[in-house]
Amino acid sequence: MIDFSFSERDERTIQTLKEEGLVCRKYARYYDENEHELPPDELPEAKDFARQRRPQVAASEADSGPVVMAMVQTMYRCWGDYAVKFNQPLFGGLGNAALQAAGTEEQKQRWGDRFLSMAITEPGCGSDPSRLTATAVLDPATNEWILNGEKIFVTGGVRASGVVMWATVDRSAGRAGIKSFLVLKGTPGFEVAKKEKKLGIRGEDTATYVFTDCRIPRDHLLGGNEEVQKQGSGGFRGVMKTFNMTRPAVAAFGIGIAEAALDFTREELEKAGVTLDYGAAIGTRSAVAERFLKLEALHEAAKLTVFRAAWLAEQGRPNNLESSVCKAHTGTAVRQITQGCIEILGPLGISRDHLLEKWARDCRIIDIYEGTGQIQRLIIARDLFGYGRNELN
Amino acid sequence: MISFGPTEEQEAIREAMHGFAESAMRPIARDCDEDSIVPDDFLEQAWQLGLSTTQVPEAFGGMGAERSPLTNAIALEELAWGDAALAVAALAPSLFMNALLDHGTDDQKRALLPGLCGDRFALGSLALLEPRALADATRPATEAKMAGSGFFLSGTKRLVPFADRARHFLVLARVGEGLGALIVDRDAPGLRIAEAPDKNLGLRAVPHYTIELDHVKLAPDSLLGGERGCDLRRLLDTSRAAIATCLVGLARAVVDYCVPYAKDRVAFDEPIARKQAVAFSLADAHSEVEAMRWLAWKAASQLEQRSSATKACFQAWSYAGERGLWVADTGIQTLGGHGFIREHPVEMWFRNARTLGVLEGTISI
Repeated sequence: MIDFSFSERDERTIQTLKEEGLVCRKYARYYDENEHELPPDELPEAKDFARQRRPQVAASEADSGPVVMAMVQTMYRCWGDYAVKFNQPLFGGLGNAALQAAGTEEQKQRWGDRFLSMAITEPGCGSDPSRLTATAVLDPATNEWILNGEKIFVTGGVRASGVVMWATVDRSAGRAGIKSFLVLKGTPGFEVAKKEKKLGIRGEDTATYVFTDCRIPRDHLLGGNEEVQKQGSGGFRGVMKTFNMTRPAVAAFGIGIAEAALDFTREELEKAGVTLDYGAAIGTRSAVAERFLKLEALHEAAKLTVFRAAWLAEQGRPNNLESSVCKAHTGTAVRQITQGCIEILGPLGISRDHLLEKWARDCRIIDIYEGTGQIQRLIIARDLFGYGRNELN
Repeated sequence: MISFGPTEEQEAIREAMHGFAESAMRPIARDCDEDSIVPDDFLEQAWQLGLSTTQVPEAFGGMGAERSPLTNAIALEELAWGDAALAVAALAPSLFMNALLDHGTDDQKRALLPGLCGDRFALGSLALLEPRALADATRPATEAKMAGSGFFLSGTKRLVPFADRARHFLVLARVGEGLGALIVDRDAPGLRIAEAPDKNLGLRAVPHYTIELDHVKLAPDSLLGGERGCDLRRLLDTSRAAIATCLVGLARAVVDYCVPYAKDRVAFDEPIARKQAVAFSLADAHSEVEAMRWLAWKAASQLEQRSSATKACFQAWSYAGERGLWVADTGIQTLGGHGFIREHPVEMWFRNARTLGVLEGTISI
């Protein structure tokens, strides 16, 4: 049955996340302004909260499913703050998602409890990973892979204790030659060269990795398949599948941050005596109220596209198209929303005494990482036209 | 529970409506627009679908299915995909019926509904909009003055769908300090229906009329809902959700038309679909159709659950009004000069999209 209401239990979850989020917000400005420091894995308040936790509402058939609720969690954690987390990392790094999608059972067992980053982008390639130049060469004498290359924009790259990095074992094979390898921190030849300074999400560490004749055991090849299939790109596609769940999650980050911006703007507008009436007729609303209500509608629209992609995954149905739809739509929407809120609030919007200007900076990444808006539109259009990569690029 | 899963019954209705849209609406849509007419045949065919009477209780002459704005939204999207004007025509009888079902007293339902639930197309209509800029449905100039225990109703109403055939009108008016909807018989002395229909930008097939009310004398029981009155907010919410849904179907039709066109049309040695400038705008159009649909579903779902739906209906209507029009506009741009020519349907869809956004109170789910 079609339904868009949250159960009492769902609502309780959201309420708890918001209470925790408000605590995170107290630290948000600090880690934004002190970019070189990493936020702690657990805030000091977390223990008190755990003790005071209110009785849970019993589960019922009216509760939303696990994937939708994972998105809700993601949204409201980011509603508190993107980088400061109440307790434990939000989820593993992107490398963990890749490990789950492409690793063997044995590999999942071995590395599953580590925080793993994912290293794809290089100075010369981003959206088109088939152009990557990092190499992996097998040394049969020692049964080791020798890795060489530079990886940039690695999310969580400082905090992570290991990385899933992409390298080619055969450049002539193009995409089919690309494999992913697990490299642990401390391996000789693997160096964290730099931490980036960014426009937003400053509390999140974004690193540059350099691999120089870095030797790793042969069984660190993710999935274990060393063969290079000249036809097709099976292995590559396997890794790309990872994105069907991470794209809605990234969209959910943006939804949470944009919701924080809307909530703040609404409060300030109400303080200033602006009434927000959804039933008011044309011409009876102030321009500011009209603008705000439109941004709010845009937010709701984007949020529903995220739930749609999550719900399909929950049903075990393909969501490749929908995860790109939600990522593309949200990427644009949250920019308009947060930037629009600044415009509505004026001086209050740009003041660093408040978090709105930070939220607008934080939101700017949503349309870039995990596939830019342009890449999402390529995916959507290929799906619409029934085109392959060669027909539309 | 967040769920996007229609019931099996809703799926079946969707399929049936899609079939009807393809076979009965698409082939005649352009002619209906050009001639500004909905053929009687079509109205009778649509009547046989039971769109309006199905959800009227048996006691009042209907088929007794539960009233479901969600099911109606799913049906309406398909019909509007076929043609927005014919969809509005097919659903016109629901306008008066839904208002009566949602707000009428049992006596009013008993008196009026059975006569509208027969074997042939029949309807009452809703007179809500007025010929003013910044028309505010909640502040009509039309006024019902108390006269003894009854009323004298005066004013002018615009865009009253099917006024030429309507047996009754529901007229929105100021009643004392408040607002009310009054049931007016078409033969009431003082009621004048314009001889020719209003001429509009879009939805040309639908006959919309201006009606004038000059001291129309009404009995006390003609006030919809009796002393309880009617929940005008809900009446408007229902209409906004319907307009949003209609725009979803229309916008989807635009994307469905442009995709094969762009693959077929060659420029600079390849289909224009292979150019990012064209491909990306159609990708966005697709995303907007999805976003519009989920907002419309949410609005319909809240109407169904009888929770306060004003916010959701505003969002669905406001978003679809803007983005639906943008999709239609993008359709024209995709076809270039051909988008401007009446041989292709996109210019008609564009006019319809612009028109729909304005038509509060003339469609209902």
